[in-house]
Amino acid sequence: MFDKYMICDSGLRNLTQSGQIAGFQFGARLPYYRGLGLSMIEEVAVTVDGQAMARENVRLKLRDRTYTLAEMETVYDQVWEMGEVAQVHVLQPGGLTTGPHRIELMEQLRVSYMPFPIIGRDAKTLNLEA
Amino acid sequence: MSRAHAIKRGVSLYSYQEEYFLRKLSLEQCVAQATAIGAYGIESLAEQMMPGFPHLPDSFYARWHEWMQQYRAVPVCHDMFLDTKRYKNRLMTEDECVESIVRDLKHASRLGCKVMRVLVFVSPELMEKCLPHAERYDIRMGIEVHAPWHFDHPWIMRHVEMIQRTGTRHAGFVPDMGIFTQRLPRVMRDRALRNGATPAILDYVSQAYENGVLCEYIIAEARKMGGNPVDMGFAEASRHNVYSQPRRLLEFMPYIFHIHAKFYEMLDEGREYSIPYEKIVPVLIEGGYDGYLASEYEGNRHIQDAFDVDGVEQVRRQHAMFQRLLGEPAAAARATH
Repeated sequence: MFDKYMICDSGLRNLTQSGQIAGFQFGARLPYYRGLGLSMIEEVAVTVDGQAMARENVRLKLRDRTYTLAEMETVYDQVWEMGEVAQVHVLQPGGLTTGPHRIELMEQLRVSYMPFPIIGRDAKTLNLEA
Repeated sequence: MSRAHAIKRGVSLYSYQEEYFLRKLSLEQCVAQATAIGAYGIESLAEQMMPGFPHLPDSFYARWHEWMQQYRAVPVCHDMFLDTKRYKNRLMTEDECVESIVRDLKHASRLGCKVMRVLVFVSPELMEKCLPHAERYDIRMGIEVHAPWHFDHPWIMRHVEMIQRTGTRHAGFVPDMGIFTQRLPRVMRDRALRNGATPAILDYVSQAYENGVLCEYIIAEARKMGGNPVDMGFAEASRHNVYSQPRRLLEFMPYIFHIHAKFYEMLDEGREYSIPYEKIVPVLIEGGYDGYLASEYEGNRHIQDAFDVDGVEQVRRQHAMFQRLLGEPAAAARATH
């Protein structure tokens, strides 16, 4: 329901770890009208320039902690708040080249009162920032 | 229309979700917007606008009560959620559900609310288990009668049976006025059109819904007309919405202590496009309803792809309509409550 706000308009950057470009990151929000505990975020799927990123290479950095999607399944005490910007990290040695990239994001939420998961989708073309 | 009544006006801050989501309004500013139009009853969603819930510090509650005083606002209702699917491989046990609901009762009590909105999927059995806790905090738990449920739906009838059998005053209903959706919202139709729907199918579905055609027939007919996925999504709206008889509220009035004044689109002439408040408000007056009419604007999700959302203006227009229907002088609304 807030799909168009899922990918932040700016903030696509390469991710540096111990001096190496280890991947890239961008800001993301939930497509939902309330916050949700991380155990109920079933999927954060990223596609870049038409290429789907492997699930095990995706991380979510919420406030000061970074989680794999598998770790998030059992995180019961952290809530991704409504409208809060978290960072989606994608591990990919070398990161992205400078210039525009088509970023697609799908988030799947397990919402208890719904008989099926809520799936939000957004796609934006972002320029890699320094 | 000007019969004596004690109906009060309020806003569910849900109405300002687009503004809050985009950080254009803070929680305090949402309260200020509601009270600025004489809607002093505040309904809030902790999981929406109170980050950190359920571990809010004492300082949060202190600030909340300062705002209530500053804006002459009345904390009316807390909307609970229940994450029965919190764990990947199992549903919450009944004891865990009770524990979660008690957490919300405690929060409602600390906000100073007397009512807690309970999601309609909560069973009468679970409600009954929570009654002693609701009594302890003196919070009335209201099942949200939300479309496509309505008062004559078997699930709601079972809740009525539990309430009557126990004689409790701590369980009842918060009807969502979406159960009186007489026409499918125009904003939904327009969104479907922007998404590639077929005009003839949208016209058929809208008219058939308005004529009371059974949703299964509408969906089957839309399929026969060659409906694409967007068309079929709109046809499905005939299943998710419902128009029940507003006068049915009268029978259940003793169990109704809060109302969600759902709306999708206020027209320039001061009416809501899909929900006939001209029929609903007189029934509430006739039934002696004395709680709050709390705005619940939900048009944003249908227009945000193409338009700027102005929940503040939509709520303001809805309250101008309420002032008219309640026989409240528009100018005096700011001075009294």
